[in-house]
Amino acid sequence: MTPEPSSRPRLAAGCRMNEKSQQPRVLLMPERALRLNGPSLEIVERCDGQHTVQQIITELQKLYSKADPVKVEQDIVGYLNLLQEERALDFE
Amino acid sequence: MKIPVSSPLALIAELTHRCPLHCVYCSNPLELTRRDQELSTAAWTEVLRQAGELGVLQVDFTGGEPLARPDLPDLIRAARSAGLYASLITSGLPLDEKRLEELVRAGLDHLQLSFQDAHEESANEFAGTQAHAQKLRVAEWVKRHRIALTLNFVIHRRNLDQLEEMLALIREISPARVEFAHVQYYGWAFANRDRLLPTRQQLDRSLEILQRAQEQLRGRIRVEYVVPDYYANYPKACMGGWGRKVLLITPAGEVLPCHAAKILPEMKFENVQVLPLRRIWEESDAFQKFRSEDWMPEPCRSCDRRAQDFGGCRCQAFLLVGDAAATDPVCSLSPRRKVVDAILTKINAASNGAISTKSEWLYRTNP
Repeated sequence: MTPEPSSRPRLAAGCRMNEKSQQPRVLLMPERALRLNGPSLEIVERCDGQHTVQQIITELQKLYSKADPVKVEQDIVGYLNLLQEERALDFE
Repeated sequence: MKIPVSSPLALIAELTHRCPLHCVYCSNPLELTRRDQELSTAAWTEVLRQAGELGVLQVDFTGGEPLARPDLPDLIRAARSAGLYASLITSGLPLDEKRLEELVRAGLDHLQLSFQDAHEESANEFAGTQAHAQKLRVAEWVKRHRIALTLNFVIHRRNLDQLEEMLALIREISPARVEFAHVQYYGWAFANRDRLLPTRQQLDRSLEILQRAQEQLRGRIRVEYVVPDYYANYPKACMGGWGRKVLLITPAGEVLPCHAAKILPEMKFENVQVLPLRRIWEESDAFQKFRSEDWMPEPCRSCDRRAQDFGGCRCQAFLLVGDAAATDPVCSLSPRRKVVDAILTKINAASNGAISTKSEWLYRTNP
């Protein structure tokens, strides 16, 4: 499933990041935790039900301006899909 | 040789052994802890604080039935203050809407609701009490809150042919996650093993159904299941390895590497009321005992899989061949595999439609 560019990803019920003061940063969900660093942290922080998929892509392309923008987009879409299949994410 | 010790990821907090159910496969030990031996609210609060400092990410409040503890909201708050993700593993029995709201307000992240079957009558038989209708109500209440819901179906020979009905129930409730947990043969389940172990034919069919369900529900419901390891070629990496990922604290404060370890002879498990949790995790004899590879006999010692399954389960080795330091006998490379094969042969030969009657179960008692 490919998310619509206009949809707004939001962490699913019962899925959340640990506190900013805690290291390493992780995404917590039932019976597992996903380590977040660099780009994955930037993506998950924007899965707040406010940012659209397109906005996340645009912002990360700016943040990682040295990377190939097409590759950045593919990686983001792939990662969002993975989180959705894990049921850590809903597209609203 | 002392190896560097990483932080545990999860703490299983057995708050009490008291429970309204009497499941024939309960993972609690046969010798249950009495109420007057249970840790106080203050003691658990301190344990949770220490767990957070030790690097634990998640706590599973379980039992017995953790809802039997009236201080559960306080303990959830303590877990959240310690930076932990808080899960409640429950039968759902002593729960009403108001109490659930209280738990959610306290910071509960995830509720796992156990099911004994898809049908009321048989579910009540396996649980030794009336419970099924209440579970359906609890699932509905949970979905009104922004917390995660897992349904956990305990499966075995007597209900494995009802998977389709269970899946229909799951589609109706539509939780984010479902776990099909094959009974593991320790404690009460070991005592009832000959009535619980599925046949090979049942198992093969069930795997087909579960794989299909996993595909069909992908993106909607995460379906997880584990094969009962008597039928596996290689053992499970029990608890992710002895003293590597998980620690369990009993109602009386003893710190164990798993649910069953108390059965092992000549082991001394430390208590959180006596020693700091970090010291128990990093340095106690019990946690050191099977943590490295030093204890391993052949064929484990030179096996390519030794860093994958860590020689399998110590408690299973003890239960099946009387030696906690033996290769897990479910492993096809184990010289003692014939012990497991003999059990399977007996089950598969004897189970041509014979239905055990209720009176044969050994029901879990109450402390």
